[in-house]
Amino acid sequence: MSQNRFLARLIGGVGLLAASLAPAFADTTLLNVSYDVSRELYKEINPAFAAQWQGKHREKINISQSHGGSSKQAGAVIGGLEADVITMNQAPDIDILVERGGLVAADWKKRFPHEATPYSSISVFLVRKGNPKGIKDWSDLARPGVAVIVPNPKTSGNGRYTWLAAWGYALQQYKGDEVRAREFVGKLFGNVPVLDGGGRGATTTFTQRGVGDVLVTFENEAVLIDKEVGGGQFDLVYPSVTIEAPAPVAVVDKVVDKKGTRDAATAYLNFLFSPEGQDIIARHHFRPRDPALLKKYAARFPAVQTFTVDSALGGWAKVQKAHFADGGLYDQIAARR
Amino acid sequence: MAAQQHKVLPGFHLALGYTLVYLSLVVLIPLAAVFIKSSALSLEEFWAVVSAPRVVATYQVSFGLSLLAAAINAVFGLMLAWALVRYRFPGKKLVDALVDLPFALPTAVAGIALTALYAGNGWLGQYLEPLGIKVAFGPLGILVALVFIGLPFVVRTVQPILEDLDTELEEAAASLGAQRWQTFRLVILPILLPALLTGFALAFARAVGEYGSVIFIAGNLPFVSEITPLMIITKLEQYDYVGATAIAVVMLLISFALLLLINLLQAWTAKRTGRNR
Repeated sequence: MSQNRFLARLIGGVGLLAASLAPAFADTTLLNVSYDVSRELYKEINPAFAAQWQGKHREKINISQSHGGSSKQAGAVIGGLEADVITMNQAPDIDILVERGGLVAADWKKRFPHEATPYSSISVFLVRKGNPKGIKDWSDLARPGVAVIVPNPKTSGNGRYTWLAAWGYALQQYKGDEVRAREFVGKLFGNVPVLDGGGRGATTTFTQRGVGDVLVTFENEAVLIDKEVGGGQFDLVYPSVTIEAPAPVAVVDKVVDKKGTRDAATAYLNFLFSPEGQDIIARHHFRPRDPALLKKYAARFPAVQTFTVDSALGGWAKVQKAHFADGGLYDQIAARR
Repeated sequence: MAAQQHKVLPGFHLALGYTLVYLSLVVLIPLAAVFIKSSALSLEEFWAVVSAPRVVATYQVSFGLSLLAAAINAVFGLMLAWALVRYRFPGKKLVDALVDLPFALPTAVAGIALTALYAGNGWLGQYLEPLGIKVAFGPLGILVALVFIGLPFVVRTVQPILEDLDTELEEAAASLGAQRWQTFRLVILPILLPALLTGFALAFARAVGEYGSVIFIAGNLPFVSEITPLMIITKLEQYDYVGATAIAVVMLLISFALLLLINLLQAWTAKRTGRNR
């Protein structure tokens, strides 16, 4: 019995030693598993961080990226994809890693500043040039005769934020009257002629197929559309109040402990909060946390009144259950169409 | 050295063994995993998932449109095969190769191309929409996509049978006084029917499982143009793996029942026309 235990310890000890020595022999490699539209951002973050790390530690570091629909990506990590860090656009996609398999420690939000969210974006409107339908605020989206393009709230984080933004706006407007808020989002989603599976699909429907009067999407995506496909075909409209979508990040504890990459992974995520990382973030039209940078790029980020899921809607767990679970508010409203 | 059975080539046991192992690895084990995963639900829970009104609506869309698409392909696929076998025309080889294109094209590409074509601002959509025919972002769009991906199946199953079919048969029928329609209905069609049914079944099965191309053109509105595979994806996105497999089980069962029915029908027609072996 004790001999067995000794053997186990020995093996464990040797394994640990090997793991701690490994970085000295081989280059450290980190895998960042992320959501769909952060591709361009991390393409710029990674070399900047690698240069900094090399300067400090005299060793090379490689960072691989994996992008895709956020829930699918989280599912892949649960399924065994060895991600050192996970960078998402909504907290539930990291919480699921706590629940399933304990891959991430439950207190992940406390490990980094700002609840572990280095940046955020907000839901805004993109309308056709000159805004022919006169769309200024959420109430205009619920008007008869306005076609609204939104991705499916069941399958897309972007769509979920749009739904919650409309819901939060209605609650504010009707002073917490849920019956009237329900009626409002029902009308708004009744104006949706096409439900795409994800944010990029909705973008294509609106810009390439010419369907709809207004696209509701994240600020960074809207700016990108205007730059890439726009050529002055669209106008950006900021509603009176909207939802803020913080992008959470976490170290995948089980993986970094196994690979011995905790220091590098933590440094990588900390880099996102550094002035250099925040500047790259701001240049990609995500709203940085650093007040100095917000000021520097004030022209890019007009001040808008915002609320978050935590501040106005009682947190993700509650929202998920009340709105998006099967038979929840979204299903009820979809059934009445 | 008389063999036990009158087979020219040996290796029956080996071949059967390989067949069973291969089929198990590739088909049976993954399918069994689906059934096992869904058994985590109690019977009531399972029923609640698969009989939710929104999910039931997708069965109608998926299976109804798949059957319709397969039927359309059976008619036009037969015509195409006929033209390719019986007539000579310039560019015939090219047309023949074109038939296989829906096989090779990534389905997402097909979906995007069809959507671009039939959307209100597309080449075809701009003429159809003023007439009140809305193809993209509705059930009609799903049908178009399913017809597209199912086309090669009917053509490729009917073509070899038609090539084997001697024109002498038709001449004999004509010389015995059969009218053209009679020749087709009583001589040619019975011979082609088993192959046609196989093509129909393949096109149908392909259409039921299709996701990539449909998703772009469907519009995906609840109760109108959502397909069953989308329901499965939706469940997966919400980390409801068990619910997703429950719907998958129902899809499998319905598909299996329908395919079995078609196969029985095919066996029956084959027997009736004396082509069974």
